Amino acid sequence: MIDAYFASIPAMIMTTGILVGASGALLGSFLVLRGNSMLTDAISHSIVLGIIVVWLLTGHLTGPFQILGAAVTGLLTVALSEALAKSGLVKMDAAIGLIFPALFAAGVILISLNARNVHIDVDTVLLGEIGFVWLHTLTLGGVRIPVAVATLSVVFAVNLAFVLAFWKELKLTTFDAGLAAALGLFPGVLHYAILTLTSVTAVAAFDAVGAILFIAFVIVPPATAYLLTRRLWLMVVLAVTVSVLSCVTGYLLAVYWNVSIGGMMAAMTGVWFALALLLAPGRGLVSQALRQGSERLDHDCRTLVAHLYTHQDSPDMPEENTRRALTDHLRWSEHRARATILRALDRDLIERRNGLLALRPKGQAVAEGIFARHHKSHTA
Amino acid sequence: MTALLSSNIVQTVLFGAALLGAISGMLGAFAVLRQQSLLGDALSHAALPGVCLGFLVAGGRDLGSVLAGAFFTGALAALIMQLIVRRTTLKTDAALGIVLSVFFAVGVVALTYIQGQGGAASAGLMTFLFGQAAAILRSDLWIMGAGGLAALALVLALWKEFKLVSFDADFARAQGLPVTWIEGALTVMVAFAIVIGLQLVGVVLMVALLIAPAAAARQWTRALGSMVVLSAAFGATAGALGALISASARGLATGPVVVLIATAFVLISMLVAPRRGLIWQALAARAMRARISEGRVLTALQDLAKAHDDTAYKAERGMLNTALGAAPHAMRIQALERRGLIQQVTHPPETTPHWELTKAGHAEARALSGTRTDAGKDTP
Repeated sequence: MIDAYFASIPAMIMTTGILVGASGALLGSFLVLRGNSMLTDAISHSIVLGIIVVWLLTGHLTGPFQILGAAVTGLLTVALSEALAKSGLVKMDAAIGLIFPALFAAGVILISLNARNVHIDVDTVLLGEIGFVWLHTLTLGGVRIPVAVATLSVVFAVNLAFVLAFWKELKLTTFDAGLAAALGLFPGVLHYAILTLTSVTAVAAFDAVGAILFIAFVIVPPATAYLLTRRLWLMVVLAVTVSVLSCVTGYLLAVYWNVSIGGMMAAMTGVWFALALLLAPGRGLVSQALRQGSERLDHDCRTLVAHLYTHQDSPDMPEENTRRALTDHLRWSEHRARATILRALDRDLIERRNGLLALRPKGQAVAEGIFARHHKSHTA
Repeated sequence: MTALLSSNIVQTVLFGAALLGAISGMLGAFAVLRQQSLLGDALSHAALPGVCLGFLVAGGRDLGSVLAGAFFTGALAALIMQLIVRRTTLKTDAALGIVLSVFFAVGVVALTYIQGQGGAASAGLMTFLFGQAAAILRSDLWIMGAGGLAALALVLALWKEFKLVSFDADFARAQGLPVTWIEGALTVMVAFAIVIGLQLVGVVLMVALLIAPAAAARQWTRALGSMVVLSAAFGATAGALGALISASARGLATGPVVVLIATAFVLISMLVAPRRGLIWQALAARAMRARISEGRVLTALQDLAKAHDDTAYKAERGMLNTALGAAPHAMRIQALERRGLIQQVTHPPETTPHWELTKAGHAEARALSGTRTDAGKDTP
């Protein structure tokens, strides 16, 4: 059973994707909430330089040295950007935009110059090779496990342990750094701890998804979860769920269309995000639009009763208190006039009387309320 | 080298690279001033699916449709980003990260789809990832030239508006300018700069060509006009040099080389630029420290003279040290002597050197301590 699972190529590819996504989403939830999303961008680009430099020095492309060395580059990027911004010569956004492309460019040039010796080429840097993770395996307890799955499992366990162990501290420093500092916690230390783990995760995920797709795995699922909930624990759980969904659907679609697996998984995070953006209950664009339409109709109803109230029992009443007046005098469209009248009838605000629109007692009260308030605000 | 330079192809590539660098540098100045550097990064990654779209529509590597596609998806990304920022509670950096990674993932999927379809021409697409100046054709120059002229005309026509919105958008709004439209135009120009620069540096590193020349130019000048011109010049130089270097080494993409050169411009500018540069700042700080310690020596001598009721009071080194609470550097004493503010005298029977204030020294000390007592009066 276990053997069959680890021998199945699709299962291994999906597991790799899920481990990348889950490890990323655990940290990404805090990065998104803290407003540090673009640091992921900087880190995941610049680790390329770290990976190639460690390779030049030690000859290893994987292993603890690799992870440590590249993680240092990730932190270095953040530290350099912050130092540059502190010099006052450039703003923070430009500092980030100067440092990581430079480090990334240096990494790409080193790879190009050593292309014959390194078995990573420049395309792998960008796209990863999640489809080939099953090529490198190690034997653990008699079972052959892909190296990437083993490494990423360790990284996932570390990230999970970090988030669980420092849950309270993470929550406090994320939402109120000032209070956290006053209570004797170290927001700065925690900030760098998150970024260190992000670098480590980026290095571990590098072979599978490359430098840029990694950003999608870290940022997009937490952002999707954030659209759906305001509870932190639920957000983290949902973020991991979205990662898993993206990896599974992404893999199936990639195989179906014969396109990049990593790319499709990352693109699927975008699809789930778009769905949440549109359909999130209460906050999604669709419910925003519905609410807006309903509020506009309510407002039109108030305009209608005010209009009827102004003209009732006046000489122009036969002309004004009609549906025609709404389209001709108020310049409403036919559709708007009809919808408003229907809703006002529905709410028992008005009735049809002798071919005219007339106020019901409830509508009369609403109109009086409007004009009383109007009057008050003028005298105040 | 001269043979290389006189070659027709090399001339085309050099001219094209310089032109692309100049346009990106010119437009990047506004992005840096408006702190939109990372928007540039997001839009450049978002251009990748557009490149593929243009390729699919045209059925080949036709520059016009590829650039139109890139511009289309770049603009779409900018709109979606605006939508996310305005309609959700996600922060701007998260919106940037989402747009960047998801669009890039879709681009990767499209890229692998095109490669899967086969065809020799699809190889040309990979050059848009890291840029390949050598791929610039003579016919491309016309498109670039026209684009560059259009951008230049727009910048000149809306110069005053761009300037006002870049530095003080609130004031511009109070003046009745259509700020939202002008900001939109500036964002469109950033997208345009990216599209223009794609061939030279590729989608991944485009942000550096946008930011680095402008950040370097900013160090040398405080005027927008000269900053834009300088930025264009830096961009053109980096582009041409990068194209030359990458053409002379096999398998070296142009983008990383251009980016490293442009980053070197920034570093040099940050070090040596007059007034703003780090070296200049360090020298100015040193001169200021020297002035302050010289002033303290003068006022100490003045205090001693007052205490002893003797304007020609002669103080020796030990007394000065006691009065100041620290030993003044011999260089400061020498500098004061050179400036003619104190003079070294002998005070028989003692053999050690003594100093007294000269007439000019008394005046200077009065001026210094005068400000000190005035300040003291203000704060009782």
